[in-house]
Amino acid sequence: MHLFLRNMSFFGFGQTAEIDIVLNDAETRKKVEHKTEDGKKDKYFLFYDGETVSGKVNVTLKTPGKRLEHYGIKIEFVGQIELYYDRGNHHEFVSLVKDLARPGELSQSQTFDFEFTHVEKPYESYTGQNVKLRYFLRATISRRLNDISKEMDIVVQTLCTYPEINSSIKMEVGIEDCLHIEFEYNKSKYHLRDVIVGKIYFLLVRIKIKHMEIDIIKRETTGTGPSVYHENDTIAKYEIMDGAPVRGESIPIRLFLAGYEMTPTMRDINKKFSVRYYLNLVLIDEEERRYFKQQEITLWRKGDIVRRSMSQQATIAAQRYEGSNPEPTSAQAKEETD
Amino acid sequence: MSEATVADTRRLNSKPQDLTDAYGPPSNFLEIDVYDPQTIGVGRNRFTTYEVRMRESVVRRRYSDFEWLKNELERDSKIVVPPLPGKALKRQLPFRGDEGIFEESFIEERRAGLEQFINRIAGHPLAQNERCLHMFLQDESIDRNYIPGKVRQ
Repeated sequence: MHLFLRNMSFFGFGQTAEIDIVLNDAETRKKVEHKTEDGKKDKYFLFYDGETVSGKVNVTLKTPGKRLEHYGIKIEFVGQIELYYDRGNHHEFVSLVKDLARPGELSQSQTFDFEFTHVEKPYESYTGQNVKLRYFLRATISRRLNDISKEMDIVVQTLCTYPEINSSIKMEVGIEDCLHIEFEYNKSKYHLRDVIVGKIYFLLVRIKIKHMEIDIIKRETTGTGPSVYHENDTIAKYEIMDGAPVRGESIPIRLFLAGYEMTPTMRDINKKFSVRYYLNLVLIDEEERRYFKQQEITLWRKGDIVRRSMSQQATIAAQRYEGSNPEPTSAQAKEETD
Repeated sequence: MSEATVADTRRLNSKPQDLTDAYGPPSNFLEIDVYDPQTIGVGRNRFTTYEVRMRESVVRRRYSDFEWLKNELERDSKIVVPPLPGKALKRQLPFRGDEGIFEESFIEERRAGLEQFINRIAGHPLAQNERCLHMFLQDESIDRNYIPGKVRQ
């Protein structure tokens, strides 16, 4: 008696396949570490805005000899924002599709080429406490009952150059008849490997101060209107003074940012979330009372300037000459602009 | 293309400190001593007073005066008022083997507690302007019919 349905794959006796996505420049493209949602760190290929994403999709049939029926094979490039409290809704701000195969069947394993040319990647990849912004490639084989798909995440960084205007922050604050200070930070915009240079000048000290510190606070804001949510995280605490100051004393600040894990300032990304940074100056008196002043700073990402060594340049020149690298044009274009 | 430059981390310029500020007495020098406990009166009408001494003034106060100050501050100011040393009601019961609230060790304990209490209050920026505190520290005696409020310096 014939017990099986016409479509064998319903009982798992049909053909299935494995998908693999490989980038064309996998050998030369830089990888960076990026935190995943559960706090682990993984390495992903790094892309910048405007760069082309090209590669191959390898479809490997699991059972030799059997055909794979499908309703189409495609690859997508997606940039999306995911709010943790609203998982069902992904907000896609980039969505590109390339069809790789029309509906039909595969009789053997096959490789498909794809290229997303000069893709716009307007925002930086971000994994936060309540929101995630990610970019990925997704290859899908559509079938009647269940699709086969594979995703490959990439990381995007947004670069800036030195801001034209970068004024210092200087302010006088205090409590009347108690404590007057003037604080100064040398800039308002700092890059991620910059140094905060500043000073605290005491104009009036009528309380007994025990010590003073500077904290860096990261504030992630999600949601809009009435349901705005702020998540504050103290990234750094740095003591700048131990002991009691008197009038006229000036305390220097020198805080190196490269040692802390921070992202660039992100303002109202796709109207969904923001990530902002604040310097919090805290004074603590002998009774553990805390006096503080918070000030926002803007963080930006400076591009690496890669100076290729002589041997590296020689290798590239040799490859070009011998023709062993079949696609020297894109690599050449990158070097020339350095 | 330029080499990556080293960041300028030199200190910002600031005014040199005035020598009288550097070597003079600090403006936060407010130390209040609760001193010299004296028990006045006889028998059942005895009570202990303490000298409350600041840099420029000395007054005599008893435990109930400290209680009065605590109540005034709790009502009028925004500070969390620190606790007073205990009322020691048990010590005021009869048939004790010792001197009760006039026991030397107890008076010393209470003196230290009162000293800590008054210093913590006087050092608080939000209590420094209260009229009740000024009256407590500087006036000869406490006028319980005073008008509560803030003192403008």
